[in-house]
Amino acid sequence: MKSVLPLTTILLALVAFWYVAAAMMNASLQRDVFANAGRTDYSTLDLIGASLNMERPKLPAPHQIVAELDKLVFETPPTSKRSLVFHAGITLEETLIGFLFGAALGVGLAVAIVSVRVLERSAMPWIVASQTVPIIALAPMIVVILNQFDIGGMTPKAVIAAYLSFFPITVGMVKGLRSPDPLQLDLMRTYSATSGQTLSKLRAPASLPFFFASMKIGAAAALVGAIVAEVTKSEDGGLGARLLAGSYYGQTVQIWATLFVAAALSGALVGIIGLAGRLTLRRMAFPT
Amino acid sequence: MNSRALSDLAPPLVFGVILLAFWEAAVRLGGVPPIILPAPSAIGLRLFTSVPTLAADFLQTIRGVLAGYVIGCASGLLVAILIDRSPFLQRGLLPLGNLVSALPIVGVAPIMVMWFGFDWQSKAAVVVIMTFFPMLVNAAAGLSSAGAMERDLMRTYAADYWQTLMKLRLPAALPFVFNALKINTTLAMIGAIVAEFFGTPTVGMGFRISTEVGHLSIDMVWATIVVAAITGSAFYAIVAMIERRATFWHASYRAR
Repeated sequence: MKSVLPLTTILLALVAFWYVAAAMMNASLQRDVFANAGRTDYSTLDLIGASLNMERPKLPAPHQIVAELDKLVFETPPTSKRSLVFHAGITLEETLIGFLFGAALGVGLAVAIVSVRVLERSAMPWIVASQTVPIIALAPMIVVILNQFDIGGMTPKAVIAAYLSFFPITVGMVKGLRSPDPLQLDLMRTYSATSGQTLSKLRAPASLPFFFASMKIGAAAALVGAIVAEVTKSEDGGLGARLLAGSYYGQTVQIWATLFVAAALSGALVGIIGLAGRLTLRRMAFPT
Repeated sequence: MNSRALSDLAPPLVFGVILLAFWEAAVRLGGVPPIILPAPSAIGLRLFTSVPTLAADFLQTIRGVLAGYVIGCASGLLVAILIDRSPFLQRGLLPLGNLVSALPIVGVAPIMVMWFGFDWQSKAAVVVIMTFFPMLVNAAAGLSSAGAMERDLMRTYAADYWQTLMKLRLPAALPFVFNALKINTTLAMIGAIVAEFFGTPTVGMGFRISTEVGHLSIDMVWATIVVAAITGSAFYAIVAMIERRATFWHASYRAR
């Protein structure tokens, strides 16, 4: 709670800075507009006022974005193709499906890597190395490949979302499943616990903090994956498709509104997982 | 190369070779059309015959990556040092930085393309935004990582703020700074490549991928991906090597 005042101050400063930046960046554009309309008798205040309310500004002012959000989120019916709720719904669905598959796959592979020693020594370096590769470059190709199999619609995007969320989850979970210290593992051995028992009674509970941390990263990555996939295959809608359409037609206000919706979506996903994590870890008496 | 390094390296190498052999066999024996999945040998051949194109793409993309990476990381570090003296600014900026790190920032790519044009400058701008916040958050955490004992010692030396910063707190922050530098290598590559999906002059790795996918020459796409993968790994490896030299005193390296 101590950070409420600083946070509001910074946010207000940011909004003020935004207005100044918007006025300055749009002024030359607006001067041209006035010149084209044959107006020369405008004052500086007129110029500033007009630059903050342009139809296609270089940088839209915050109130324009808020108005656009209000129009596209609340006033447009969510079934309309112009509604951002409609597109956010598409993106959210792809993200969630992809994230669930990616998380299941990632956790499964992490369990396999921790239990099978050969796999750890041979596959783990590749998985770690793959973290340094811009995986997103594969997105357009996955879309095309799946298209060859007549798999269209939501699936390619969910696959890319799953693919992007899968790697960080695997790496995080391997770390988590290995987090019990040797003493605890030795204790399990003195109980003559099977490796399955060690996994369910010691490794899995111990990995929970890592589980929630990697789920947060995985969910954010899945959303990025879904949005980028929508850019490369934009005919079925989604927030990425709106971004692309906005950039084609120079609809800057719409791009910014879409970005804010995407940010809210990401924040909500990560926030929900974080909250679930905090509650679970507190009940299990982890230091949080 | 000593035998220890060899035995560490052998299993992943064998695994990689087996994977490639399996891929090649599956494509040849299974009759997979090259439009869906070209054989590794076909990709290798394409890689070899298209060196000029791939080199031009590489140079175009890496310019945006490096320019953005340097500016983004440097300004992130600088802002972290600037806000370090003000707990008020820290409490305001750091939660914001954490929040922004989780956002799909690549989405600003179309806006940056509008502002800075199709060439590498717009890609660098996307990379600046993507790399700034991880560096800010990590560097701020690093600057507060020096222990109370060490700070007290600096005070007994009558060291002023700048001396404490240069001799104690910045060195103590280095592991955190390098952590951000490593995370940012990947983010920089992603930012530049995705930004190229939104418009480029007709060169660049992201451009190559999106157009060659359109022409269904999937082997060229794979060749570009191989270049991107090698670039990304090499970028990471170079930063990791510098880290090893610069933070040799840190516990994670001392143990070996």
